[in-house]
Amino acid sequence: MTKIQHSTGRFLTRLLMHSVLLCLLMAWGLSVSQTAAAAVSDAQSRALLEALDTRSFQAKGDAAQAIAESDAEQKTRWLQALLDGRLGKERRGERFYIVTDDSGREWPIIDAITFEDAGTGTRRTVEVFKINNDLRTRIQGLLASLSLSAGNETSRLAAAERLVGEVTADNADSVRAMRDDEESQSVRGQLDVALALYDVQQGDIDALETLRGNLDTRVRNTLTPIAAGDSELAAEAQSVLGGIESKRAWYDRAQTLFFGLSAGSILVLAAIGLAITFGVMGVINMAHGELIMIGAYTTWMIQQALPGQPGLALALAIPGGFLVAGAFGVVIERTVIRFLKGRPLETLLATFGLSLILQQLVRSVFSPLNRRVTSPDWLQGAWQINEALSLTLNRLAVLLFCLVVFAGLWALMRYTRLGLEVRAVTQNRAMARAMGVRATRVDMLTFGLGAGVAGLAGVALSQLTNVGPNLGQGYIVDSFLVVVFGGVGNLWGTLVAGMSLGVINQVLQPWVGAVLAKIIVLVGVILFIQKRPQGIFAPKGRTS
Amino acid sequence: MTTTSLRKLIAGSSIALGLTGFGSAAIAQEQTQDDGPIRVGILHSLSGTMAISESTLKDEMLMLIDKQNEAGGLLGRQLEPVVMDPASDWSLYAEQARDMLTGDDHVDVIFGNWTSASRKAVLPVVEELNGLLFYPVQYEGEESSENIFYTGAAPNQQAIPAVDYLMSQGVERWALLGTDYVYPRTTNKILEAYLKANGVAGDDIMINYTPFGFSDWQSIVSQVKDFGSQGRKTAVVSTINGDANVPFYNELANQGISASDIPVVAFSVGEQELTGIDTAPLVGHMAAWNYFMSVDSDANYDFIDDWVAYTGNDEAVTNDPMEAHYIGFNMWAQAVKKAGTTDVDAVKDSIIGVTVPNLSGGASTMMPNHHITKPVMIGEIQDDGQFSVVWQTPTTVAGDAWSDYLPDSKNLISDWRAPLRCGKLDVESMTCEDGPGAE
Repeated sequence: MTKIQHSTGRFLTRLLMHSVLLCLLMAWGLSVSQTAAAAVSDAQSRALLEALDTRSFQAKGDAAQAIAESDAEQKTRWLQALLDGRLGKERRGERFYIVTDDSGREWPIIDAITFEDAGTGTRRTVEVFKINNDLRTRIQGLLASLSLSAGNETSRLAAAERLVGEVTADNADSVRAMRDDEESQSVRGQLDVALALYDVQQGDIDALETLRGNLDTRVRNTLTPIAAGDSELAAEAQSVLGGIESKRAWYDRAQTLFFGLSAGSILVLAAIGLAITFGVMGVINMAHGELIMIGAYTTWMIQQALPGQPGLALALAIPGGFLVAGAFGVVIERTVIRFLKGRPLETLLATFGLSLILQQLVRSVFSPLNRRVTSPDWLQGAWQINEALSLTLNRLAVLLFCLVVFAGLWALMRYTRLGLEVRAVTQNRAMARAMGVRATRVDMLTFGLGAGVAGLAGVALSQLTNVGPNLGQGYIVDSFLVVVFGGVGNLWGTLVAGMSLGVINQVLQPWVGAVLAKIIVLVGVILFIQKRPQGIFAPKGRTS
Repeated sequence: MTTTSLRKLIAGSSIALGLTGFGSAAIAQEQTQDDGPIRVGILHSLSGTMAISESTLKDEMLMLIDKQNEAGGLLGRQLEPVVMDPASDWSLYAEQARDMLTGDDHVDVIFGNWTSASRKAVLPVVEELNGLLFYPVQYEGEESSENIFYTGAAPNQQAIPAVDYLMSQGVERWALLGTDYVYPRTTNKILEAYLKANGVAGDDIMINYTPFGFSDWQSIVSQVKDFGSQGRKTAVVSTINGDANVPFYNELANQGISASDIPVVAFSVGEQELTGIDTAPLVGHMAAWNYFMSVDSDANYDFIDDWVAYTGNDEAVTNDPMEAHYIGFNMWAQAVKKAGTTDVDAVKDSIIGVTVPNLSGGASTMMPNHHITKPVMIGEIQDDGQFSVVWQTPTTVAGDAWSDYLPDSKNLISDWRAPLRCGKLDVESMTCEDGPGAE
């Protein structure tokens, strides 16, 4: 039984696709000849909308198609509202409404036919017409064909892209005619690909040239069965396919490298604060993860204070997160760590307790639920380089941010007075004090700096993962791992260790899965530390 | 009338009187013990990782108890909640369940747990101390306890119908993604067997597990994208749990995978989980549940009004496990009324067959295997964070404790009614492997 359902489903989807495409083509052809449509009467409008009031999605789709083909002036708005799930009918009555804002529990509504204000409605009074995935695709196609009459290039390109793999004997000639009339270079190129694919299917060897090196998966999927034969065409198709595959493989490697660097940049960001407090000062700070969490919560709070401006809020959160987490760090240093100097075991226990206190504090103040930090528009989506390679913008931004933070920190340690004093105190505390360096003040500032950088990591993480009380726990072990692997006390070591662990992890992940990849990395680091306890970069010179 | 018979009569009536006297004394004694409030244990984590999901269930139980008290309580007695916080620590669940069932608290019933791990920890405790536990979350099945009532969905009430729906939509390739623990692993095992029984080749099934709280989804999503670009319709069946879902859906959106390319149907994502996500890029991805907040029924609208009023939050959402507790609480209340006592054994017997209205406009019945009947629905995510129901089973489906698609359990059934009283009965050999019926 399932088998039958199955194939009918496929058939229906195909049929739907075709009717949408046919519609698109018709609209394309007719876009110029369309005259100003005469408005339809209210009774006709009512009948058009009435047809949508059915449980069957197939019937609803036909009703939507009828609306698109009608002369009603409101049709674009109706279809858009239907697509958005905002077109509905009075539950105990005959009126049709469009919900103008469905965010609350009381919706402002307007009459769907006259567009006059109709007060408010709720889910009890207005029954919204439901749509499913197939119907959504179909309505989008209908709306696209309606907007084609406007004839802008973007919608023509979108329509041309949908045609790849869908050209058949029925529409081949009209597509060819369209291609000849088309002025835009990119639309023309896309139509060429669609036509070439059709020609190859008809046995035209020459058309294969157009497809050489095309990364569209539909081209690959269509060529694969053709290449399986043993004709001349098949051999030629085989070679084109080989070219496509090897090109894709290179882009895949580039993508994996990007994934690895981006995963690595998160590790580096999380660990670099620890590289200062643990690596330089030698304090085992188990509350490091919670300082990251504080940075993330600061981002959320700044965003709450600036509703509707996620970009500005994020920009302000960078100094904000640094200062808030840094201030927490200074307080922790003054009140706890200062008194435990030279007693690592007690420092470990005290900071671990501190981490639990900070977690519970956040739970009590902000509730245990995760907080939603919205990403600004320019951090959403991906930079589509070509069909096979795209870099997600938020990860790219975090990678760049990580490099900037690293460069800033390195410059600070290398060129400023604070950096000089930190290095002096680390190398020989007694001597530095003898030279007039106020060691306790340097301790406080160093710890504050490490905490502030952890806050910066929190700001970055708020764009990638959940902001909640447990945010920091997931990063504390990884952070120590990176610092130890890189070599305690060396910022370059942290960078190299974080990036290489990220890349190794991402290379392994598709093969062995996320859980095993993590185990393999952990075991690898343990073995490495056994062989080379000082990490990748050993501190130069004598250490006291 | 002879003297002997008279003597007999006197003797008999005095025995009868004595018995009655004794009986009434016993009843009186029980009454004094019963005069106090009925204690309802609530065992949900209010801190730790699971607090995000479980703390709302605690609030909901308090609301249901309040309402019952306003309506006069049960058997003329008031209900008193006993709330504990197991802090997302599985062994703490067992300890606190023991505290609830013994000592001063001595609760009459427990509503609680979320994860399967915590349920497995509590199971031996409620069996040993003969308690009652109502478990409100969808789970992997392959379990039946005399003392636990499973008001969430078994795999045949969620996973299997969801896969049937996708098949009817023309899906041919399947990516089963899950968090690495018992529920996703068992569910995926059942689904894999079911898909193969329906003629899906092994190459067309991809299975992947990730740790709890996983956030680095980029390479897995790109792998799925690759898996789905082979020219045949592909769907993702997700048993990803808890807050790992937010970065997962964000990554889907960022990599441009929309529901018309590769739809995702999730078994652990409800209204509550979506409150942390911008759902505009996710429109059309699906979830399978037995209840959605958008379900069109007066019972549901009333429930939402109550919940909004109780929490004082206009944006408060309801979800499937909340409906399960609503059904479970009402079933228990009705069984107590029917039995006339809160005694565990009496309630266990009287609750089987109890039918109460659910929130989707129908009714749910407690089956002899301690699972309930529920409708199965597929909802598509909308841009306002709600689901729109696009498909629903025509009738309710009874929960199946032992899956028919796993070779080890296909012959097993569970029936806790006398005289069978068996949680693991092999119908082929008619041998009982677990329960009082085994002896």
